[in-house]
Amino acid sequence: MIEAIESALDFLPAGLVTLIIIVGKILVLVLPLMGAVAYLTLAERKVIGYMQVRIGPNRVGPRGLLQPIADAVKLMFKETIFPAKANRFLFISGPILTLAPALAAWAVVPFDDGLVISNIDASLLYILAMTSLGVYGVIIAGWASNSKYAFLGALRSAAQIVSYEIAMGFALVGVLVAAGSLNLGEIVEAQRGSLGIINWYMIPLLPLFIVYFIAGVAETNRAPFDVAEGESEIVAGFHVEYSSMTFSIFFLAEYANMILIALLTALLFLGGWLSPLHGVLPASLLEGEGVLALLLGDGIHWLLAKTSFFLFLFLWFRATFPRYRYDQIMRLGWKIFIPITIVWLLVAAAMVVWKIGPWFN
Amino acid sequence: MGLESITFYIFSAILVGSAVLVVSLRNPVFCALALVLAFFTSAGLWILLEAEFLALTLILVYVGAVMVLFLFVVMMLDINLAVLREGFTRYLPFGLGVAIVLVAQLALIVGPENFGLEAMPKPEPHAADYSNTKEIGRVLYTVYLYPFELAAVILVVAIIAAISLTLRRRRKKQTMTPEDQVNVRSKDRVRLVKMASSNRSGSSASNKNE
Amino acid sequence: MTAITNYFKSLILVELFRGLVLTGKYFFRKKITVQYPEEKTPMSPRFRGLHAQRRYPNGEERCIACKLCEAVCPALAITIDLEERDDGTRRTTRYDIDLTKCIFCGFCEESCPVDAIVETRHFEYHGENRDDLYMTKEKLLAVGDKMEKQIAADRAADAPFR
Repeated sequence: MIEAIESALDFLPAGLVTLIIIVGKILVLVLPLMGAVAYLTLAERKVIGYMQVRIGPNRVGPRGLLQPIADAVKLMFKETIFPAKANRFLFISGPILTLAPALAAWAVVPFDDGLVISNIDASLLYILAMTSLGVYGVIIAGWASNSKYAFLGALRSAAQIVSYEIAMGFALVGVLVAAGSLNLGEIVEAQRGSLGIINWYMIPLLPLFIVYFIAGVAETNRAPFDVAEGESEIVAGFHVEYSSMTFSIFFLAEYANMILIALLTALLFLGGWLSPLHGVLPASLLEGEGVLALLLGDGIHWLLAKTSFFLFLFLWFRATFPRYRYDQIMRLGWKIFIPITIVWLLVAAAMVVWKIGPWFN
Repeated sequence: MGLESITFYIFSAILVGSAVLVVSLRNPVFCALALVLAFFTSAGLWILLEAEFLALTLILVYVGAVMVLFLFVVMMLDINLAVLREGFTRYLPFGLGVAIVLVAQLALIVGPENFGLEAMPKPEPHAADYSNTKEIGRVLYTVYLYPFELAAVILVVAIIAAISLTLRRRRKKQTMTPEDQVNVRSKDRVRLVKMASSNRSGSSASNKNE
Repeated sequence: MTAITNYFKSLILVELFRGLVLTGKYFFRKKITVQYPEEKTPMSPRFRGLHAQRRYPNGEERCIACKLCEAVCPALAITIDLEERDDGTRRTTRYDIDLTKCIFCGFCEESCPVDAIVETRHFEYHGENRDDLYMTKEKLLAVGDKMEKQIAADRAADAPFR
């Protein structure tokens, strides 16, 4: 398809064609992502409502399906309020710096074999670097708001993100020790095997899998680790002074990060786009061109299903767990997760060295 | 001029500009943010040199962790600028001297004879399957193994020293240990005692005596 | 021994999973939301909504300006002025309830010796400015006239328990 576009545009200079194709790819990724973010907010309200024996939003459109659009329109038409004596430049750049890395990380995320904007070698490292940048938006927003609540929220969030990044990084190191590659596509392919689910890294790296996902929840400042916006103490934390579009950009970034974490967990530990039916069904059913093979075989739909499952977990957690106290969060991050990951790193390395099957032979 | 050199000059201009801002801005928070920008653009320059592993590590470690903690501290400072600017002229000669010596040293070492194009030619462009990361790992764990391990030991010593210097044991510790809180069972806190019931008149009489 | 079991219990997150199972069960429960404007919850005859002044069947207003309600009102929402009418009866010239102050405790209704001031089932009223929520004697009587049937039925239903 890309070749077709290239040949259709060959009257333009070659550099421009490349640019157009890259921008096109980005749009194809970002627009559905924004849609997913919008509908994730609806899903969150619905799921939490259901768990509280309510039915959630159901007034706008059929079954409330237009609710996110109504919310977006409302937020766009509201006034952006600048607090007195706030630094305007930083106040505006806060949300931008939150959203930009959250979207930039998506550049290297593969959705299927070869279906990726930029297939770089160190993609895992790149994602880690980009997610670590998100904290700047939070800090700058909190500081530029000229408000105590916002500032306290920013400090909490910064300390939390920096702490959990370590455990998250170690969990990722375990994955790349197992896969022997920093490239996300190769990590997924390394999980391919004749046994299906058993071959996925969530079995040999189970502690790292759990630590990674929980650290991901903490990293995105989601419940039960959302002290950064603990409404009972500091109102809304770092974005307390933000309104209208600036606020919704924080929202977009938070949900884009959630989707990213869920997708990465699926890629790294649940075999990404690999079908779980390998080993259950005969291989002849999973390969070929028929509709059945397309459905049951490897493909982007499996990745999306796994991602949706983890996103549901995010919401489930929020509906279930009370917020952690700040010292409990720090203790969990430093005194439990980091030792667990370090120990399992050694175990994983030993498994790789001794070629423990069926994963590493 | 190719796209590469245009990118190089843009990044260099931003890098030099932000480095100047680091030392010239009044507000320390802005200084720290300018430093972040400087790190970021230098990471961009490293990527131009095909050192993507180092560039990403620079962002991950310096921008993502070190500068966050820097900002953390700087934001909580309440700096009185007037006091800081006192005696600027008095220290100026000394500061200028130090600066000149520093620049001279840098020029001696980083001068064209050591880092010129003859001494350090532009790295050969590598094939697409060349892995920078693998190369660094190989070198780090073979040729530079001892320095690497030594650096690790020094860092551990530094961590332990920092902790032992700042660790104060307060006598009245008010922190809670979540383990103990979680592990408490009802029978640790409440003791149910079986008692024989007594008639009412007897109990009210004893109440009066109290 | 219990310390060890507790350690492993917390390590494999038993309690957290138990919590997840609980909310997971509720996810599939029948939802109890009442879709308000279309569906309404049942209402007691003792419901304390908008106030009303009642009249006797012959059209004479009940209130005798005894000021018991004004005295008992904990929110000081009631203001009463009175005069003696030509026929020698004691009547209010002014009977105001400030609904922005009222806490709908129902004490006025309890204290009234002649069942003149009552609280009705009507609660879906609104005002576009504060004056709309300042109930004068005329407004109260109008509410009473309009809802007398319901009011009388409610008092009758509740009478055995008074």
